[in-house]
Amino acid sequence: MAIGAFSHGPSGVTTDATVQRSSRIAWLLLLPGIAYLILFFLVPLASLVMTSFQETIPGGFIGEYQNAFRWENYVEVLGLYGEHTMRSFLYAATATIIALIIGYPLAYFIGVKLRRFPLLQSLALVLVIAPFFISFLLRTLAWKQILADEGFVVATMKTLQLLPDDAHITGTAISVVFGLAYNFIPFMTLPLYTTLERLDLRLVEAGSDLYANPFTTFVKVTVPLTMPGIISGTLLTFIPAAGDYVNASANFLGSTSTAMIGNVIESNFLVLQNFPHAASMSLILMSAILVLVATYVKKSGTEDLL
Amino acid sequence: MKLGKWLLPTYAILALVYLLVPIVYTIAFSFNDSQRTNIIWNGFTWNNWLTVCEAQGVCEAFGNSIFIASISTLVATVLGTAISIALVRYRFKFRSAMTLLLFMPMATPEVVLGAGLASQFLAAGMPKGITTVILAHIMFCISFVVVTVRARVASLDPKLEEAGRDLYGSPSQVWWRITFPLLLPGIVAAALLSFALSFDDFIITNFNRGAVDTFPSYVYTAAARGIPAEANVIASGVFLLAIAMVLVAQIGGAIRRKKLGITT
Repeated sequence: MAIGAFSHGPSGVTTDATVQRSSRIAWLLLLPGIAYLILFFLVPLASLVMTSFQETIPGGFIGEYQNAFRWENYVEVLGLYGEHTMRSFLYAATATIIALIIGYPLAYFIGVKLRRFPLLQSLALVLVIAPFFISFLLRTLAWKQILADEGFVVATMKTLQLLPDDAHITGTAISVVFGLAYNFIPFMTLPLYTTLERLDLRLVEAGSDLYANPFTTFVKVTVPLTMPGIISGTLLTFIPAAGDYVNASANFLGSTSTAMIGNVIESNFLVLQNFPHAASMSLILMSAILVLVATYVKKSGTEDLL
Repeated sequence: MKLGKWLLPTYAILALVYLLVPIVYTIAFSFNDSQRTNIIWNGFTWNNWLTVCEAQGVCEAFGNSIFIASISTLVATVLGTAISIALVRYRFKFRSAMTLLLFMPMATPEVVLGAGLASQFLAAGMPKGITTVILAHIMFCISFVVVTVRARVASLDPKLEEAGRDLYGSPSQVWWRITFPLLLPGIVAAALLSFALSFDDFIITNFNRGAVDTFPSYVYTAAARGIPAEANVIASGVFLLAIAMVLVAQIGGAIRRKKLGITT
């Protein structure tokens, strides 16, 4: 899978003199795709920046704005939606940790323990990526129905006194985080698998030969060696989770009290037609994530990640 | 120590079961004899599978998704493959800037991509519809094609192409008879990934679709009033087809490697 390429991409710069030919061909190959990305990735970002400073046209209709330098938009959204922003990062971080706790042992089992059984290993991998092949909206709705108040999970938990009689699971922060973690576990597991699959077990053995207990060996040998996988896995989970608005929306696992940044951007853009607010919110989310990613991957660098 | 030995396999199997529960649920409810909403189990029936298109709009939305995914995959795969070859094989200026440009769409949350494109289309006065959705999908697929194909190009031995040139092969002969066939597994993987990403995309699509429904947007809208069992039928059908293809490829590959005695 492509996600695997995140964790162990080739260094990219080829030093072999025989492969260097005229750079004109290089530009010919690069230009269409790069031009496309400039036109449909960079220009939209610029357009987002412009929109985020727009102001209402005096006496205009709803959804009509003119270019301006109204930086107050940013102050307004931070005041209005600061809580949603905090919630997004909190939910996404919790979901990422849960996905790591579930994904790491799973990836370890498939990548290390199943090495001697290639057929079983392939089969287990197929099961990990299986959720990709079925609509993620339907999977999320399936959880909503499984965890619904009239469903059997809630009923069983209430009989066992694990849940008070008037409690719900859907519509709460717990179900949203549960849904986010569920949705992104494959994104966490695959990069972990690619690094664990290449883990040199002799190094782990060396650790125990030197009288380290299994826990110390794991922390001092296995974890550092699989760090690239942990970094790409957590990023591939955290970034989409922080911007997600499906899990948190009221028709799925959330309610109005669980709304995240994504929900705010969606409703401002598509329902309220408050494009400047939606744009400034988007840019706040994006810069927060960029700062986070930059500090996080400082040691690996983008070239290694791509 | 007996317990420790079984702990990891049990944990892993439970994790896999957790991943599969909603899939099984979705497939099971495609056979539900649902009356108005497909929430309570009412008994087994084949009817939903036999009359899929009778639910309003579901087949149209499915058709739109297939169309959008096909076009986006085709364009993104061609553009992305060209970029991958240039990145691995050539030296040029602004290399790190371009790598960053390719990495950024993957590191940007989908809402931001969606809102950005939507505000650009708004500013340009371009009406939202199937075209804007395709333009958006090609954009986010390119980067994923590049990560996939690039690894394949990097593992390709340039000496094979040199041999072709030494034997007086024209550039197009070398490309079609040597380079392309060797890159094909990577290109196919990239195309399949693009197709899957485009087909299942909801967030970016929702910002740019206007009144056009794709399968995910149909499900999202229908979620408010109850999903018809026919949506489960389509999702299950796609799932079973895809999983069959992957299983054949994976198991076939594993058996072939075993025969050839390759251990890794």
